Amino acid sequence: MSKQEQHWEKTRGLLFVTLAIWFVFSIGIFLFGAEMEASNFRPLGYPLSYYMTCQGSLGIFVILIFWFANRQEKIDEEFGYTEKEDD
Amino acid sequence: MIKGKFIDNLPKVYGIYTGGFLVFIILMAIAEQAGMSAKLIGIFFVAFTVGIYAIIGYLSRTLQLDAYYVAGRQVPTVFNGMATAADWMSGASFVAMAGGIYFKGYGYMALLVGWTGGYVLVASLLAPYLRKFGCYTVPDFIGTRYGGNLARVSAVLVLTVASFTYVTAQINATGTIASVALDIPFGIAVYVGLASILICSMLGGMRAVTWTQVAQYIVLIIAYLLPVFWISNKMGAGFFPHFMLADEVARIAELESQFGLGTVKNSAADLATVPKGLAGITKAHSEVNTTPWKFISLAVCMMAGTASLPHVMMRYFTTPSVKSARRSVGWSLFFIFLLYSSAPMLATLSKLSLMDPNLTTGIIGKSIAEVQNIDWYQNWNQANLMFVSDFNGNGTLELNEFFMGGKAVVLATPEIAGLPYVISGLVAAGGMAAAMSTADGLVLAIANALSHDLYYKIIDPKAETAKRLIVARVLLVIIGFAGATIAALEIQGILGSVIWAFDFAMSGLFFPLVLGVWWKRANAQGAVAGMLIGLAVGTWYLIHVRTGGTPIWGVTQLTFGIHGALASLVSMVVVSLATKAPDAATQKMVDEVRIPSGRTVLGKQH
Repeated sequence: MSKQEQHWEKTRGLLFVTLAIWFVFSIGIFLFGAEMEASNFRPLGYPLSYYMTCQGSLGIFVILIFWFANRQEKIDEEFGYTEKEDD
Repeated sequence: MIKGKFIDNLPKVYGIYTGGFLVFIILMAIAEQAGMSAKLIGIFFVAFTVGIYAIIGYLSRTLQLDAYYVAGRQVPTVFNGMATAADWMSGASFVAMAGGIYFKGYGYMALLVGWTGGYVLVASLLAPYLRKFGCYTVPDFIGTRYGGNLARVSAVLVLTVASFTYVTAQINATGTIASVALDIPFGIAVYVGLASILICSMLGGMRAVTWTQVAQYIVLIIAYLLPVFWISNKMGAGFFPHFMLADEVARIAELESQFGLGTVKNSAADLATVPKGLAGITKAHSEVNTTPWKFISLAVCMMAGTASLPHVMMRYFTTPSVKSARRSVGWSLFFIFLLYSSAPMLATLSKLSLMDPNLTTGIIGKSIAEVQNIDWYQNWNQANLMFVSDFNGNGTLELNEFFMGGKAVVLATPEIAGLPYVISGLVAAGGMAAAMSTADGLVLAIANALSHDLYYKIIDPKAETAKRLIVARVLLVIIGFAGATIAALEIQGILGSVIWAFDFAMSGLFFPLVLGVWWKRANAQGAVAGMLIGLAVGTWYLIHVRTGGTPIWGVTQLTFGIHGALASLVSMVVVSLATKAPDAATQKMVDEVRIPSGRTVLGKQH
């Protein structure tokens, strides 16, 4: 497998992990709205369903993108595909 | 004071700007104490901020193609994040979102999840790759990746339908705010709004829009956060509302059951007397009030739509590198998060201050005559945003007898909570900034696609730079006027048409864009089929539901993009596989796009 193919393989792997986390917090948990509401786990005292829609999922998305960007930069570095500063 | 290149001094320039704006707010507050009229304060706020945007727009004028189309590709990561946040958060986000949450609760918050979750798709599937490609516009990518004028024209078509639906709503919002703040008729205010929008974008294209959007973000975020924090502290609800309103949310639920929410229903005859556009509280504040499918389908449409709307995507063409494009998406979402996470808090504070009899601002349970005598009630009643009526004739205002317009949550809450008028002026300036920044991005997206992809790439490929830039500017003015003319007709509501824009964009562009990067086998025939069939099926379904047809799979007029995008995916895959694979050059081009280093696929000037 060529260098570029390996790079793409890893990139694709990272994409699947990122999309899986994204799926859980944008779609998965909202299949269980009623269960979240009844849950005893209440972040900062808010009902869980309410919290996830107004802060929880939103904040996780922000962190997820920065995490993804860091991982992708590592992959690019590993295969020497990082851009030159003066590019 | 400032030496060297503008780009190197950005933190300093915008730091001074922010400080200056805060000083301006303080000056206005002093003027208010000294007896300046509310109307004059409103005029000052709007005129001062719009004036600054105009100056920035003028200073950023340019005669260079890559400055006009992609701001010279030198917008730093964090500043591009701010500009994208302003580009993204429209008048609807600013003025209507808190109201939507106030009235519809959990079911509406699918929009919050969708409008933020979409950025994960932007960062992981598209933005860095499109930046590497080096295109000027979104159809530029489609046209070059798939090859052929048909693909390019189809992309221009989808882009125009989606963005134009969106832009009329934004010009409408600018007009609404300008007409209230400057006290002029809506029909004229729309054109005042348009003039401000064009001043920011015409001379400098993307470069001017970028630097005005950063300025607009600063105004709109101050205007949104300051009242939320102030009200929360004034009510004693908590120093940092986002983390401390759990008791208030619980208190609202308690009051809802005490006031008989859901048990006392208004008769149709009573409701007919309520002015159009106003609503009462009929849904519980924090309860799960919708089915999982309704919630998820709406969120999915907004997410896929986010990843297909060209005015957002083209912001990531302006960063210096692929790496910074990727990071910039994270910053964009962070800046958006600051406002979106505050909207539910504003809705909570607003509702509690009206409902709680223990607070001096509470009106439910007071006598009708007393409420009708309150100053702010009279003002907002006159503005057609508030209404009370004693349906049961007991002389007391019940929860089901109070009606409000969605916009009032953002616009009227500062006044209800007893904040000085200077805050209301600030909120008007913020709403104007939000609507203008989005309208700028949209008008530019449409005009650039028409001038670059239709005029230069297809009609007159030999046109010189000067001529191309003149055509781009003439188109900008034409699109702006067309949008304003339709906005002046007031055919549709602001929020409804915004949601439609997302559905149109996802129907036609989501899969052709994503598969262009992630599936080498995708070819021109497939992409054209995907765009045209997706758009056609989406539009057909919208008309089908609007004209009373039975919904398929519970998909409503707000989520028609589900059918559109599905049709787009299926037709794109089937047609691609049934026709010839893309040639070796195209395959190599896709390989190039997939790595950050090396030259862009399209040259610096093209």
